[in-house]
Amino acid sequence: MIQRAKLIILRYGAQLIAFAVFLLIYFVGGQLYPAMQKPQVFFNLFINDGSLLLVSIGMTLVILTGGIDLSVGGVIALVSTASAALLRGGMSPYIVIPLMILLGVALGGVLGWIIQYLKVQPFIATLAGLFFARGLAYIISLTSVTIKDKFYMKLALTPIYIPFIPKAYIYPATLIGPIMLLVAVYLIFFTRFGRTVYAIGSNEQSALLMGLPVSRTKILVYAFSGLCSALGGIVFSISLLAGYGQFATGMELDSIAAVVIGGTALTGGIGNVIGTLFGVLIHGSIVSILQFNGTLSSWWTRIGVGVLTLVAIGIQSVLYIRRKRS
Amino acid sequence: MNKKSLFKRFRESQLFWPLVAWIIILLFNAIINPKFFRIGILSDPVYGKHLYGNIIDIFNNGAPLMLVAIGMTLVIATGGIDLSVGAVIAISAAMGAVLINPVLGNTLISNAISAANTTNTPLPVIVLADLAAGTLCGLWNGFLVSRGKIQPMVATLILMVAGRGIAQLITNGQIMTIYYTPYYWFGNGFILGLPVSIYIVAVVLLLGWVLVRKTALGLFIESVGINAKSAYYSGISEKNVKLLAYMFCGFCGAIAGLLLSSYVHSADGNNNGLYYELDAILSVVLGGTLMTGGRFSLLASAIGAVVIWTFTVTVYSLGVPANALLAAKAVLVLVVILLYSDYTRRLMNRLFERRGSKHDTAS
Repeated sequence: MIQRAKLIILRYGAQLIAFAVFLLIYFVGGQLYPAMQKPQVFFNLFINDGSLLLVSIGMTLVILTGGIDLSVGGVIALVSTASAALLRGGMSPYIVIPLMILLGVALGGVLGWIIQYLKVQPFIATLAGLFFARGLAYIISLTSVTIKDKFYMKLALTPIYIPFIPKAYIYPATLIGPIMLLVAVYLIFFTRFGRTVYAIGSNEQSALLMGLPVSRTKILVYAFSGLCSALGGIVFSISLLAGYGQFATGMELDSIAAVVIGGTALTGGIGNVIGTLFGVLIHGSIVSILQFNGTLSSWWTRIGVGVLTLVAIGIQSVLYIRRKRS
Repeated sequence: MNKKSLFKRFRESQLFWPLVAWIIILLFNAIINPKFFRIGILSDPVYGKHLYGNIIDIFNNGAPLMLVAIGMTLVIATGGIDLSVGAVIAISAAMGAVLINPVLGNTLISNAISAANTTNTPLPVIVLADLAAGTLCGLWNGFLVSRGKIQPMVATLILMVAGRGIAQLITNGQIMTIYYTPYYWFGNGFILGLPVSIYIVAVVLLLGWVLVRKTALGLFIESVGINAKSAYYSGISEKNVKLLAYMFCGFCGAIAGLLLSSYVHSADGNNNGLYYELDAILSVVLGGTLMTGGRFSLLASAIGAVVIWTFTVTVYSLGVPANALLAAKAVLVLVVILLYSDYTRRLMNRLFERRGSKHDTAS
């Protein structure tokens, strides 16, 4: 029994710690600012960090294969601007949304193809993707484009009340993040695809020798990240009802930080998306504490995220060194 | 065929491809704008007579990128990467602006108070503090990588995220305007008709060259980059070599921050040196240094930076909006990626070898 508990702690220790840190930050915030104890604040985390959650889910899978995707912020900017421009042009949102998802998947797939077949480092290829997507967004429009579409307005402004909790609500767009989280959990825990992702992350060479479809899986992972970023872009544009090339600057860093804080090792093969959820929630809690404080300035978010990333890496290295020994 | 012909030696050197790229971009410029190469002499009321022209501007404004690329080369040569240079630039710029401000320590720094052309801190102290701040950032990165055994990308990511926050913390979140005119000299002054920044780059390049080519350090860096473990077994202090590389990178970033804040007479924690890390990495890759580490050339990276800056200026002169430049840069990255990919390299080698073998049979 103790042995088994020990094993679970060793295997999911980083995730448990991330969860504990989230609870701690949230609890401290609640003690400092009683208004933070309201349940709505918790749901606000999902509302405000909806696109960060989506992006981080895709990022987790990419990082699990030992890669990295820096293009996510650019894809969000591109998707938001392109959808806003198309909607302004009078296109139906029922066409625009699938089109944008297709765009994200295609962009991610192309990046994955470049990484896999041209043997370009993921870091550089997705960097080019970031430049390309953001630049394209600026070519579409140099200024912010507002969205006046009725369907988008409805998605953005209809609150869904949470049952049993008074005065707590979310928006329809907020649901996309948790749904994708469930999809990702299914993918990485219960499918062959997920196991291949872990195998590639642990050792690509041996995964290849085992006859696993390495090339296909890697391209699919980047395409999945593109899908998540596109969904993130749609959520972003719904929540702000606008599209702009400057949206989500630095989102790639926030999401990498969230993934790392959530216990996923950047070397690949270790971690899971549930930890990433806690990473995102920690990010959201820090932001909301800063908002409740009012006098603390926004740059403390960055410093806080940086410090937490460092701590998370420290914890990871201790845990994984011990795991290797045992 | 013992002696390689001069052309072949040049073709195999790291300078070849970046120079070719530069010449292509310059030729393109010359075609669309015949006045592109014109260099004139301008009399300036403050700085006296000096040269001006597109080429001079490219070198002057590209100087920070060249500096950062030089620093980044050493880091990449050890097999690492430094994502934090943009943040280091911001920190260094913020440091300079705060030290110049006569109301140091006042929590409410307003531009009205600091508008006087005075400072309590002597200029050498400001410069040294700038450089120290950058080097300290480099030391931090190097410490995390060499002693903390953290992946370089992750270790420098921390400073990349937190660094801009620190820069804003230093300037109290404001964009600080610098009114102290002697500080402008670094970015806007001239020595013998050429911008000061060019001399700064030349000095750093020379310093780097002496450091890595006239001592064994360059060899150490390359051996650590190729195989850190075997370097360690052959008695090279792999940790200290890495530490030094990151410190040098931070140092270069600090000078770049000094120059950038001097150009625009202000320090902005959010935007100083934005995307510089990406441009710098691209410069190094253009310069033919492999991202996996090993063989490197400081001069080739500096030329790579010039190529990128020339490209930027060219795109601007075509009338492309500044923000859309990113897409153009992505195309450049893609072309570079394709050029450096194994497939193209094999194709090129086959092309040249076939010619070479023909030559062999003839002789």
